[in-house]
Amino acid sequence: MSVLELRGLTKSFGGVHAVRDVSFEIGAGEFLAMIGPNGAGKSTCFNMINGQLAPDSGDILCDGKNIAGLAPRDIWRLGVGRTFQVAATFGSMTVIENVQTALISHARESYRLWRPAASRHRTRALELLRQVNMQDAADRPSRELAYGDVKRVELAIALANDPKLLLMDEPTAGMGASERHGLIELVKRLVVERGISVLFTEHSMDVVFAFADRIVVLARGRLIADGDAASIRDNVQVREVYFGTGKTFAGASA
Amino acid sequence: MTDIMLKVESLSAWYGAARILYDLTFEVGRGEVVALMGRNGAGKSTTMKAIMGLIAQRQGKVAFNGDDISRLEPYQIARRGLGFTPEDRRIFSDLTVMENLDIGRQPPRRFADGAAAPQWTPERLFALFPNLAEMPDRPGGRMSGGEQQMLTVARTLMGNPLLVLLDEPSEGVAPLIVEQMANTIIELKKEGLSILLSEQNIHFAQLVSDRVYVLEKGQIQWQGTMAQLSGSPDIQRTYLTV
Amino acid sequence: MTLNAFLFQILNGLSAASGLFLIAAGLSLIFGVTRIVNLAHGSLYMLGTYIAYTFATKIGGVTGFWGGIVATALIVGVIGALIEIVLLRRIYRAPELFQLLATFALVLVINDAALWLWGPADLLGPRAPGFRGAIEILGRRLPSYDLFLIVIGPLVLLALHLTLSRTRFGRLIRAATQDREMVGALGVNQAVLFTSVFALGAALAGLGGALQIAREPANLATDLIALGDAFVVVVVGGMGSIPGAYLAAVIIAEVKALCVGIGVVDFGFVTINFSKFTLVAEFLVMAIVLIARPYGLLGKAQGAVRSIAEPEEPIRPATPLLKALGAVVLVLLVCLPLLAQSTYFGSPYLLVLGIDVLIAIIFAASLHFIMGPGGMHSFGHAAYFGLGAYGAALLVKWLALPFGAALVAAPLLALAGALLFGWFAVRLSGVYLAMLTLAFAQIVWAAVFQWEGFTGGSNGVIGVWPPPPFDKSWVYFLLTLVLAVAAVLLLRRVLFAPFGYAMRAGRDSALRAEAIGIDVKRVHWLGFAIAGLICGVAGGLFAFAKGSISPETIHINRSIDGLVMVLLGGVQTLTGPIVGASVFAVLQDTVMRQTEYWRALMGAIILVLVLAFPQGIVGAFAALWRKAGGRT
Repeated sequence: MSVLELRGLTKSFGGVHAVRDVSFEIGAGEFLAMIGPNGAGKSTCFNMINGQLAPDSGDILCDGKNIAGLAPRDIWRLGVGRTFQVAATFGSMTVIENVQTALISHARESYRLWRPAASRHRTRALELLRQVNMQDAADRPSRELAYGDVKRVELAIALANDPKLLLMDEPTAGMGASERHGLIELVKRLVVERGISVLFTEHSMDVVFAFADRIVVLARGRLIADGDAASIRDNVQVREVYFGTGKTFAGASA
Repeated sequence: MTDIMLKVESLSAWYGAARILYDLTFEVGRGEVVALMGRNGAGKSTTMKAIMGLIAQRQGKVAFNGDDISRLEPYQIARRGLGFTPEDRRIFSDLTVMENLDIGRQPPRRFADGAAAPQWTPERLFALFPNLAEMPDRPGGRMSGGEQQMLTVARTLMGNPLLVLLDEPSEGVAPLIVEQMANTIIELKKEGLSILLSEQNIHFAQLVSDRVYVLEKGQIQWQGTMAQLSGSPDIQRTYLTV
Repeated sequence: MTLNAFLFQILNGLSAASGLFLIAAGLSLIFGVTRIVNLAHGSLYMLGTYIAYTFATKIGGVTGFWGGIVATALIVGVIGALIEIVLLRRIYRAPELFQLLATFALVLVINDAALWLWGPADLLGPRAPGFRGAIEILGRRLPSYDLFLIVIGPLVLLALHLTLSRTRFGRLIRAATQDREMVGALGVNQAVLFTSVFALGAALAGLGGALQIAREPANLATDLIALGDAFVVVVVGGMGSIPGAYLAAVIIAEVKALCVGIGVVDFGFVTINFSKFTLVAEFLVMAIVLIARPYGLLGKAQGAVRSIAEPEEPIRPATPLLKALGAVVLVLLVCLPLLAQSTYFGSPYLLVLGIDVLIAIIFAASLHFIMGPGGMHSFGHAAYFGLGAYGAALLVKWLALPFGAALVAAPLLALAGALLFGWFAVRLSGVYLAMLTLAFAQIVWAAVFQWEGFTGGSNGVIGVWPPPPFDKSWVYFLLTLVLAVAAVLLLRRVLFAPFGYAMRAGRDSALRAEAIGIDVKRVHWLGFAIAGLICGVAGGLFAFAKGSISPETIHINRSIDGLVMVLLGGVQTLTGPIVGASVFAVLQDTVMRQTEYWRALMGAIILVLVLAFPQGIVGAFAALWRKAGGRT
């Protein structure tokens, strides 16, 4: 059974269709990339799934439950984690406090007024930090971290509610080539270990072709291709609207 | 040395208590495309902002077209013919394409030797960026990322610059647009413009640049021609970790 | 009300709308470009009334009146330009709070300057030459000057609209509204642009004021009244939208005019005098608009202003040294009653001062709770102080409630107010929130002021003394001390609890907090309520300490005092508000009472604070340290 299923998702802004009748699904444990030109509707699609936007029509089924139009926090409670295109932490907190805040929220303890937060879920928070290799930085102010490390902490936060689906908006944006591969390898490992599904958008074709199990392509708000790396690479339409000749990235040469 | 358009000596910059740049020294010749390469956080954008006067805490000397500009305000620097297109584009989203271009408009200007700099009009820019020609009255906020990227460059060109600081033009845009940007840079070089480019995408930089400075942790770690960098997988691995 | 009377009131409303629009449009323009909410905008309007009055009476005639109006607009424009060049230019990079404080300091200084120049009495100007008569409309007589005003508003709207859309100056204003730094990087001299926008906005306010002298007297209280009205108009219309400002001005003015027109209505079971509800009606309109459209009728969500403030350090539990220091201070305070009786430097005044300081600490600590960790810059914290103080006093006066019960009821009333106002406030952020909280506080103040039969109006409530043994000042001091310590420790406890984390997470990044399941608005609403509750304690203690309470003590000045206390100590530290409140309260009780022009003195203190420490005292120390050792 699919973890997430989009059915006829449509959204327009001021009469302009940003996303038009998009349908696809993500299977359990699948690593799915969503690519397409700027303005193709990827972000709109993403923001409808994570609850920041409500679709005009269409359904978003998460384990069979329609989550279209729910608030981001409610979608999170259903087991959908997310990371942001521009990574950031809660800047006034230490690294571990960031993760603890997410764990506290997951345990529905955010309105507790008395027992200090520092003693809550610390072991579990350290364990999550260990999984992303950040345990040594646990008590450092999070705002001092290098960007690549911020991405890791954000991943630990996203894993705090044991998600079954992880939404990652351009997870490697702003990173150098080797950092990109390091981060995505880490995600891929965690995904396999925990059986999570991942939907991610990405402009780095190197990453997409190396890691994605399947690729969906959006252009002008419509789904124009859905398939494995090889079939997308050879798709004439995708080449025309998105790849170009491929001389600005490695790995896509026909 | 009239051939040197931009000469940066011992440039340092701070954000609050954090020092970002350490005594950078480099130059850009007339008609040259120079790439600043390095990982995220290496200091590429900070370098450009510091040259442009957008960072209050800076030290060192920046000479442009023969004049010292290191103590000038950003608008004074822009009025001497130094153009800046920021990484995050910063299009005026409420203004139309034409209005955005109008904000960038400045009088024609000359190089130090008296030669006229390339002069831009909306018509010429629309020829360079045909996509923009289709939407002169569209508000900037309703354009796609790729279209905004083009508008940012066009807006800067309206100031008839002698040199353009181009911050990560390939970041976050589709491969097809990246290719168009590369072609645009080659066109601008033909016009006689100098360009200082910051870039992480080596494939893109290879298509357009003459020389390269590699930044790491706010310091220049390597410099040479693009050909040298292309021919040295070792250097690429060490500093760019391709 | 007959249909004719109704239509007549509509006309009245339209003429009032023009004045509202002129001042609101200037405020909105200035905010758009400079990102500064010019609290002194009402003061510029007030200057307009006084200067135009002087022209009209000293020169007189057509020249004095009409020429005076034009000259006034120009003069106020020049004053605005000077303010921008001398003061604001230095603080564009300072945190938003400091900018608000600096412009409020101007309010104080200008008010005292007007007092010095024109004296305290109301000054009524002559009627407008050429518009002295009235025109018969709908069977009633409408002053022809009102018709003139009705026309002025749309004319100015049109002129502004054409300027903004058709001229390069207008395009630059619109571009700078979105990203002033980028405009500079494209070769535009921002300094000139900013000064001219500020001058234009000031001239509009001056014009608005000048046009009023034929209708209303020049009065020293106009500055804050005009400011409050302009805030409501701008918030309702949408910050930065000029057509929105006109639309909102019309709506607000009409609603007020209709309230006056309806007058006293007997519903059979109850009689309501609607003309007393003008302020409440204004508030209701704003509340409805904000529920439906948080950024106003024609406004849109503004992108976050690029923050220049330094990020905050993680909060850490008190170090042993700090704990020891706290214990020492506490012991000293407990001994203060003994000290006050000592022969050498003791004085009963010491205890009065001590009580003032402790009340200030509770007030400032509760404000800091939402301002610092909550990130909600309330400019109306006096409302909850007032609800506590008036609540306690009125319960004693009308229901003869015992002291203890009144002291418990005070924070509960403040809590109720904070829950109501906070529900709206947390929907906004940044300056919008600041303006809304200020508007709420003005409404509480106005209700207290206007509802004479219940609250005693401007005389306030007197004779609210605590019963024995609390009538002895040392006993009352110790009670205050116990409550102050409890309040401070309680707020600290909450900050270190999960709730405090959730509140800070919401402040650091609302989007990310929502993405980990935190209902940010609800958390901040509860935070707002807790702050209100604690602030109510301060209010209740204050009423019994002074034995009386008057509208003056809950005026906007008290809200600003709170902000100064918090900033003086440092908003990013937990001990900051305590230190700041202590220093400020001592200063206020000693220095400020020495002069009639205490407002100007207070303004000067704020300006020094803002100009000498534009990044806050903590930031200033950090910068000093960097200069000393950070750089080679």
